Amino acid sequence: MAFSHAIVEKNAFVLIAATFAVLSIGGAVEIIPLFTIHTTVEAVKGVRPYSPLELIGRDIYIREGCYLCHSQQIRSLRDEVERYGHYSLAAESMYDHPFQWGSKRIGPDVARVGGKYSNDWQYAHLKNPQALVPESLMPKFSFLAETKLDYSDIEMKLKVQRLLGTPYTDEDIANARKDIEAQADASVDATALLKRYPKAVEASGKTGSVTEMDALVAYLQVLGTMVNFADTSEEQLKQ
Amino acid sequence: MGRTDRGDTEMASSAATAMLDDGSVVNKVFYNEAIVRKFVIAAIVWSIIAFGLGTYLGSELAYPQLNIAPYFNFGRLRPAHPTAAVFGFGGNVLFATSFYIVQRTSRARLFGGRAWADFVFWAYQLQVANMCVSYLLGFSKSQEYAEGEWHLDLWLAVIWLSYMTIFIGTLTRRKEPHIYVANWFFIAYMSMILILHVGRNLCIPISPFRAKSYSLFPGVQDAMIQWWYGHNVVGFFLTAGFLGIMYYFIPKAAGRPVYSYRLSIVHFWSLVFLYVWVGAHHLHFTALPDWTQTLGMAFSIMLWMPSWGGMINGIMTLSGAWDKLRSDPGLRFSVTAVAFYGMSTFEGPLMAVRDVNALSHYTDWTVGHVHSGALGWVMLVSFGALYYLIPALWRKPGMYSTKLMEWHYWLAMTGITLYIFAMWVAGITQGLMWRAYDAHGFLQYSFVESVAAMHPYYVARALGGLFIITGALMMAYNSYRTITTPNESALWAGRRFAGALAAGE
Repeated sequence: MAFSHAIVEKNAFVLIAATFAVLSIGGAVEIIPLFTIHTTVEAVKGVRPYSPLELIGRDIYIREGCYLCHSQQIRSLRDEVERYGHYSLAAESMYDHPFQWGSKRIGPDVARVGGKYSNDWQYAHLKNPQALVPESLMPKFSFLAETKLDYSDIEMKLKVQRLLGTPYTDEDIANARKDIEAQADASVDATALLKRYPKAVEASGKTGSVTEMDALVAYLQVLGTMVNFADTSEEQLKQ
Repeated sequence: MGRTDRGDTEMASSAATAMLDDGSVVNKVFYNEAIVRKFVIAAIVWSIIAFGLGTYLGSELAYPQLNIAPYFNFGRLRPAHPTAAVFGFGGNVLFATSFYIVQRTSRARLFGGRAWADFVFWAYQLQVANMCVSYLLGFSKSQEYAEGEWHLDLWLAVIWLSYMTIFIGTLTRRKEPHIYVANWFFIAYMSMILILHVGRNLCIPISPFRAKSYSLFPGVQDAMIQWWYGHNVVGFFLTAGFLGIMYYFIPKAAGRPVYSYRLSIVHFWSLVFLYVWVGAHHLHFTALPDWTQTLGMAFSIMLWMPSWGGMINGIMTLSGAWDKLRSDPGLRFSVTAVAFYGMSTFEGPLMAVRDVNALSHYTDWTVGHVHSGALGWVMLVSFGALYYLIPALWRKPGMYSTKLMEWHYWLAMTGITLYIFAMWVAGITQGLMWRAYDAHGFLQYSFVESVAAMHPYYVARALGGLFIITGALMMAYNSYRTITTPNESALWAGRRFAGALAAGE
C-alpha cells in the first residue's frame, strides 16, 4: 500500500507521534554516545573536586552572570593557546555542574586565569576594574567584599554534588566549614585543606571575616591550574 | 488601507475557513477570541520591556558607568533581556496566534473552556515576570535561555502541558478533515519545547526549600545538552512556531493560497529532522569530541535547503498579489521578515563551518546573527501578524493610523540595519584582532585593545535599539487608538466592519 501524507494530515495523533519520533533522533545520536564512549573525558591526572570555598565562589560566579562575558574554554587554535594557555580539556570541567564554557567574550577567557594575577590584583580589580584597566567594560563588584559569606548550606551543596558523581568523601563534608575558614582566613592553619584539595589558594581579603569576594577569588585562582601539563603525555590527551 | 476586505479573503489559507461568509455569527458561536486578545496585549507590553532592556544593556556596554550594582549589573540584567524578548514577546505572540489559528483552521472552539485558557495566560505572565526578576535577585542556573531555577521550571512544565492539551484538544475536535500546515509547525514547536525543557533542566535542588540546584550533567556532556537546547529554542520556538504564523497570515493578508503545498510538506519534515542536530556547531574547537562537532557542522549546512524552501514558499505566496506590499504595511512587515529569515538561515550555516566559526565564535558577529533572526525575522513577522490580528480581534476596519505603521516599519528597518551592520563590523574586527600576529611572530593586540576598539560599534548598536523601541512605542499607541476608537467615530467613515463583538467577549 502506497504511503500517503494525507494519513498524517488527517490524524492528529499520527502527526504528533511522527513528529516526536523525528525530533528525537538528532539529540539521541549526539548526546548518548558522550556518556558511553569513555574517551570523551581524557584520562589526565590532577583534576579534583572544588574545595568548599571554591564551590561557593563558583556559585557566586554563576549568580553574578560572569559566564555571559567570560568564556572558560580555550579552543585548540594557535592564537588562543598563545594568549590563554593550553587548550581546555573535557577533563578539566568533569566536576562542573553545570558547565561554564560560555559563548561570548566581552572580556577575556578565564579558563586559566588561576595564578595569572596575584590575590591583591584580583581583589582590587573586582572592586573597581577601571582603576586597573581603564578601557574595561566590567561592572564593579565592590559589594562582594562587603557581603559576609553565607555558607550555612555548604553540606547540602556537597551532598548534592556527591549524588551527581563528584567524589566528595564523608570526611570532606564533615570538614567543609573548617576548610572554608582555613582557606578564607590567613590565620587558620591550611595543612588539612591542602591535603584534601591540593593547589587550593588561600584568599583572605579582610581579617576576621569571610566575604563573598574571598570565595570568588579562591575560585578564580584555581581555574585551569589543576592539570600539570608538563607531566601529561600526548596519549593521555587523546579523546 | 488594504485591509477593509478581510472577510472576503478567508478562502486563501485553507478549505477550513472557506465557510466564513458571515464571520460574525461564527465568531460569536465558536471561537474564544477573548484569550487571543489578552495574549496580543501581553505581547505588546513584553515587546516594550524586552526592547527597553536590550537598549539599556547595549548602552551598558557602550558606557559601563550605567551598571548599577548589584541588581542592574550587566551579568544579572542580561538574562532578563532574552527572557523578556523570546518568552515574553515571542511567547505571547505564539500563544495568541496558535490559539487564533487552531480555532479558525479547525472550525472548533478552543478546547478546555475559558477558565483553563485564562489560567495558561496568567500563569505564563507570572512565569516570565518571575524569571526576569529572579535573575536580578541572583537566582540563576547559568544555562543560557534556561536560567530559571528549578521551581520555575516545574511551573513552566505545568503551563506547557496545559497549553499543549488545549491546542491538541482543539485539533481533535476539528470539523475539517485536514490539519492545516500552520498547525503542523505549531505541533513541532510545542513538542520540541517540551522535550528540550525537560532535557535541559534536569537538575537536583540542594534542598526543597532553596532556590538553588545543580545540573544533572557535568562539563562536556552538559555543554552538548546546553547547545542542543539553546539552538533548538531558536529552531523550534523562534523558527518553527513563527513559520506557523507565516503559513497562516501571509496567505490571509495576501489573499492567495500557499505557493506550494508539496514544498510545505518537504519543508516541514526536513526542518524538523535536521534542526535537532545542529547545536554542536556552538562548540567547534572545544573539548567536545570532533565527531560531534562534525555532525553539527554537516547538518547545519544541510539545514540551509529546507530553510530556503520555506522562504521561497512564503515569499512566492505573494505571486499575483505583489501590489499589496504597497498598500498594506502589515503585509510588508511579514514579507520583509521572510526575506530576513532567508538571510539569517544562509548566514547560520556559513558560521557553522569550522573555519568561519574559528573567527566568528565568541565575537559580536554571533550576537548580530542572533539579532538578524530575532529582530529581522521574529519581530517583523510578529508585528505583521499583530497588525492583522488587532483590527480582526476588536472588529475594526483596520489600524487607527497607516502612517504610524509606515513609520514603525522604517524605524524598525533602520534599527535592525544599524544593529546588524555594527555587530558584523565589531565581530569581524574582534576575530581578526585576536588572531593578528606582528612581524616578529607575537600576538599583535592585547585583549583590552579589542575591547576599546568596540566602542563606536557598541554606541551604534545601542542607537539601533533606540530606533526599535521607538517604533514599538508607536505600534503600542497605534494599537491603543485602534482598540479604543469607537465604531461610530468619523475615522472609520466609509470603511467596512467585519462584525460586532459578541456580548461578554
